[in-house]
Amino acid sequence: MNQVLFEIKKSKKHEVKRWLNSQKIVPYLFVAPFILSFLLFFLYPILSAFVMSFQEVLGFGEVNFVGLKNYKNLMNPHYYDALSVSFRYTFWTIFVLIPVPLLLATLLNSKNLIGRNFFRSSLFLPALTSVIVAGMFFRYAFAEQATSLANQILGWFGHEPLTWLQDAKTGMLAMVVLCVWRWMGVNIIYFLSGLQNIPAELYEAADIDGANVFHKFFNITVPSLKPVIIYVVTISIYGGFSMFAESFAYWSYRSPGNIGLTLVSYIYTTGFNNADFGFASAIGVTLLGIIMLVNLVQLMFFGFFKKESE
Amino acid sequence: MKRWGSMILVASLVVSLLAGCGSANGNAGGPEGNKGKATQLSFWTFNELHAVFMDEAVQAWNEQNKDQQIELKSEVYPYDEMHNKLLIALQSGTGAPDLADIEISKFANYLKGSTPPLVALNDIVDPVKENLIMSRLENYAKDGNYFGIDYHVGATVMYYNTEILGRAGVDIDEIVTWQDYVEAGKKVVAATGVPMTTTEVTEHWSYFPLISQRGSDFFNEEGNVILDNEANVETLQFLYDCMYTDSIAVAAPGGFHHSEEYWAFMNKGGAASLMMPMWYMGRFVSYMPDLEGKIAIRPLPVWEEGGNRSAGMGGTGTVVTVQSKSQDLAKAFLASAKLSREGSINTWTLLGFDPIRWDVWDDPAMSASNEFTEYFGDGIFEMLLEVKDELSPTSITDLFPEAVSLVQRNVVFKVLKEQSQTAAEALKEAADELRAK
Repeated sequence: MNQVLFEIKKSKKHEVKRWLNSQKIVPYLFVAPFILSFLLFFLYPILSAFVMSFQEVLGFGEVNFVGLKNYKNLMNPHYYDALSVSFRYTFWTIFVLIPVPLLLATLLNSKNLIGRNFFRSSLFLPALTSVIVAGMFFRYAFAEQATSLANQILGWFGHEPLTWLQDAKTGMLAMVVLCVWRWMGVNIIYFLSGLQNIPAELYEAADIDGANVFHKFFNITVPSLKPVIIYVVTISIYGGFSMFAESFAYWSYRSPGNIGLTLVSYIYTTGFNNADFGFASAIGVTLLGIIMLVNLVQLMFFGFFKKESE
Repeated sequence: MKRWGSMILVASLVVSLLAGCGSANGNAGGPEGNKGKATQLSFWTFNELHAVFMDEAVQAWNEQNKDQQIELKSEVYPYDEMHNKLLIALQSGTGAPDLADIEISKFANYLKGSTPPLVALNDIVDPVKENLIMSRLENYAKDGNYFGIDYHVGATVMYYNTEILGRAGVDIDEIVTWQDYVEAGKKVVAATGVPMTTTEVTEHWSYFPLISQRGSDFFNEEGNVILDNEANVETLQFLYDCMYTDSIAVAAPGGFHHSEEYWAFMNKGGAASLMMPMWYMGRFVSYMPDLEGKIAIRPLPVWEEGGNRSAGMGGTGTVVTVQSKSQDLAKAFLASAKLSREGSINTWTLLGFDPIRWDVWDDPAMSASNEFTEYFGDGIFEMLLEVKDELSPTSITDLFPEAVSLVQRNVVFKVLKEQSQTAAEALKEAADELRAK
């Protein structure tokens, strides 16, 4: 009896197995988890945010369509402040987080460096900390007493203590410092993996031709790393515009004089403090547009689309 | 074989993950409990102490109501997280607790629309109405329905550092008007070099109490924006003058009176006085231990003779949500916890708050010594009884959360810290923005 059941099960199993192994089905099966989570957790919220951006969410279960009102409301000083903070923050983080990790990665890649692995891991370590925990530390480091870390460093140069977190320029610096501290290691890893793919023969040939270190860096290393650089710039643009946690760690959701108001913290304030979900969605939709536009321009600038047309 | 093993492993992982989700979204407070016939109620708050207070109240309730036992499940979340979670649970119609704390500056968000997702509490408020400071309940009311019960009155008072004022030869009982206060401040600065007070430049606790004391507000009773009226401009100018014309005040270190920088500064005798509500007493006890025995509490100086000597500020309303399956029990419990005499006395002894039931203020239990009387001395409630009729209600509209955030981020910061706008300009700009909504 058992034997028969086992046989039946086995043949059924065979059929299922064959179906699962067929070349038509398998690819879909493998991508299904991603597709499903994308549809459920990304596409659906994006679409409903788009719909909500034309609505006024009055209360609990009450909505009104208000046409373009939310988009018209975008013309306000807070939105401009948020745009300006996000642009400046993205600019400064990329300004620091491309060249410096590139240089450090080149150093870490050279076999002559003592304690290579120690530096690699210690530079990567900050990426593993929670931004809120790190933010608490930086919040106290940038405190305004003369005894805070940042003010002590200023003190060595004979400078007066500053109220770091209540001024637009120093506030921006504080955010960029936190970001650089956290992401330096990640970018170094990207560049290191790129560096290891550059064939050693290129450098040997350059040596024979009598090129010095700088020639080799600018004529071999940088051009060979172009795809990696494009990738890092793209994710940095995305990361810069979607920044929220750094600002939240310093000032919660209300930074004095909007000095830390990024587009995402503006969405947060509008949605959760003012309970204006329609307007918050409208800001979100414009954020999506801005990131796509900036990245397209950047990719065009790097000639990313040329290859395909060639 | 190995493959089967790994598949089972994956399957069990998935199942345990799903089970994890299930329990996290589990029914919040159904009528059936785990322990016999005790009803389970859930309570969300953002303040550890409030949870302690409610747990104490449940014990008292269970002793008095043998046939209606309650098992309270208190959950404490960070401030923002709790308010966001609650807003989403109420918006989506599922997952909200039976009882929750909502802070006053967020409360309006939960009263939006024509059918607020909160239960009207009039039937537990009405029986004790004449014993309550009703201006506190108006803050959580809409269309004649009361939706929240506060923990405290939050009467704003002046905390004087008697040591510093003594050194300057100032008698605090002779400070009657704000004019006297400024004069005393000048004496203090001249004699000791210490500023008379600190002003918040990134929050509103230095500004809002002052305008409320004068009978003004952000919105009038009809809900219209009056943020830029004459009294408000004058009051902001007064704060500016204290800082930059008379030089008796400095910006609070850290920007506001809840920053670590400020506590360290004040603890070392950084300023001679501080205006904050009564609930700030707990911060003195916890964060400024060196000032024990040196702080005296007095009513605020007045703007003109016979004017109000205090202002009710801040607060947290406890609500019952419409998603609760035991609304009546939740209401009865809330009444016993916060509206009864015993509950009111506990708000003082456990939390150090001035209870909203003023008829307990002269109860002997209120003058028994505890950590607060040790720190501040006796007679706190005698002083409060004097000013109990001098607290104006504040007008809370849909736009209140936004108004508070505008005052914090723009108005006081730009006028008092950056000095990039005048009082009139900054208030007009903020008021116009609110009116355009």
